[in-house]
Amino acid sequence: MQREQSLAPLWQPKVRPRLGQHRALNKPLDKGTLFMRLTMAIFLALTVLAFASFDYQGLNIYNAFLGTIANFRVLMLSPQLTHFSLVEAAEGMLITLSLALLTTVIGAILALFFGLLAAQNLSSPLISGLIKGGVAFIRAVPTILWVLIFAIAAGLGSVAAVTGMAFHSVGYLVKAYAEAFEEVDSGVIEALRATGASWWQIVCQAVLPTAQSYLLSWTFVRFEINFVGALAMGAAAGAGGLGFDLFLASAHYFDLREVGFITYLVLAVALVLETITTQIKVRLRVQT
Amino acid sequence: MSADYLIKKRSNTLKVLLGLGFLSLAAAFITQYDPVTGLISGLDAMRWVAANFYPNEQSLTRLPSIMNRLRETVLMSIAATTVAAFSATFFALLGAQTTKVNDALRLMSRSTAAFLRNIPAVAWAMILLFTFGQSSLTGFLALFFSTFGFLSRVFMETFDETTASSIEALTATGASYMQIIFQAVLPASLPQMISWMLYMVETNIRDATLLGILTGTGIGFSFALFYKSMNYHAASLVVIVIVVTILVIEYISNHIRRVIL
Repeated sequence: MQREQSLAPLWQPKVRPRLGQHRALNKPLDKGTLFMRLTMAIFLALTVLAFASFDYQGLNIYNAFLGTIANFRVLMLSPQLTHFSLVEAAEGMLITLSLALLTTVIGAILALFFGLLAAQNLSSPLISGLIKGGVAFIRAVPTILWVLIFAIAAGLGSVAAVTGMAFHSVGYLVKAYAEAFEEVDSGVIEALRATGASWWQIVCQAVLPTAQSYLLSWTFVRFEINFVGALAMGAAAGAGGLGFDLFLASAHYFDLREVGFITYLVLAVALVLETITTQIKVRLRVQT
Repeated sequence: MSADYLIKKRSNTLKVLLGLGFLSLAAAFITQYDPVTGLISGLDAMRWVAANFYPNEQSLTRLPSIMNRLRETVLMSIAATTVAAFSATFFALLGAQTTKVNDALRLMSRSTAAFLRNIPAVAWAMILLFTFGQSSLTGFLALFFSTFGFLSRVFMETFDETTASSIEALTATGASYMQIIFQAVLPASLPQMISWMLYMVETNIRDATLLGILTGTGIGFSFALFYKSMNYHAASLVVIVIVVTILVIEYISNHIRRVIL
């Protein structure tokens, strides 16, 4: 059970190559090796094609790089607030964190419900398939597009941002939760069913307690993602908060020092969140 | 297991849930989010989408230009992933416990990765916009930095997980550092690394859409253009194109994973 170790292991396959199990070096080319080489070759070819077809807009790349480094130095070495006060910046951070929290809580509540219905061992194949297909679609639409689509009806602001981001969170968490539920020992569920336990009893007494550490760590990973998301929605969809301040500082005031200050603030909070996630994962692993 | 234990556990859970509920209320107050309005407007939006947000015949004439933009975005995401994976491999080799050269380099590469990873792509885009303007390189570099930070972290984990004991065995046979890396560590970790790269391509296409809206490049620019001019039929076509692209890439990735892992 190494799944909780990785950052976003939703797409992380469950089979891990173990020692000695990996492709032996002297074996003739098997299908796996062939596919790996092909994948890498395609990656490389498309990368070359990408650089050849980029729209450089007559940019002097050398100067741009030098400029970026110079800018970065200003940014990092002399951060300073000019257009906002420290209190306003802290307020922006509070709004961004609140957006992330709301989105995560709403997403987690909905996902818990749909996740139970999507888990194959707790639901019918038809319902499970429908929900899993539905959330795959929801996940495929970038969060910003959900937010902008909701903004047409609700207007730009916190309502559209939270609704749109919660939508994407549900898509992500349903997949994660359903997989956690599906890993619950089928023998336990069967035994409970044989004693005449109802669906709710099975869920509350067996499934949720067993899966809760997974659920917790997934939810926190999503909170981390939503924090970055809330920042982006502030910048791109006018959801307010620190993201909007960042957008103003950069695209309106062209104030590098202010961008630097906000970047430091975001970096500090993101590092704290990352540490908490890692700690949660470490502790849960020790327990189990 | 006494009854006391269970009661204590229950009350602990209750306390956590109550605390979370209180925090959520505070958050709703701070952001002026009204759950009822949220729900109603969510339903309104669905109704609006059903009534107006679909491509019509006229919007199909925009398809060639949308596909052009899409190609730019997909290529940008793949290029950022490839270049980031190459650089991340070096950093991860220096940063992983099992393959480190020495502790100073390990600390340096770990903190660099943590630093780059935790500056969100949006912030990178806003910084790069100053010097790289609206060229494709702005998006590429913003994606590169965040992908690089992320891949460094997961590659380090992969190296540590897959190869700890084989390195010991090889060291005992007198193999050199380079031999160990190229004969044991990389071959054993490659399937995992490719799996992560495929995951990042998907993520990057979604992120590139957002960056495109901010920096005026790629498919994000197409969407922003139609969205702002209220040409919702064309905008919906953009959404459909993105969804199909991501689902296709997810399908291909899953297929590749099934074969290589």
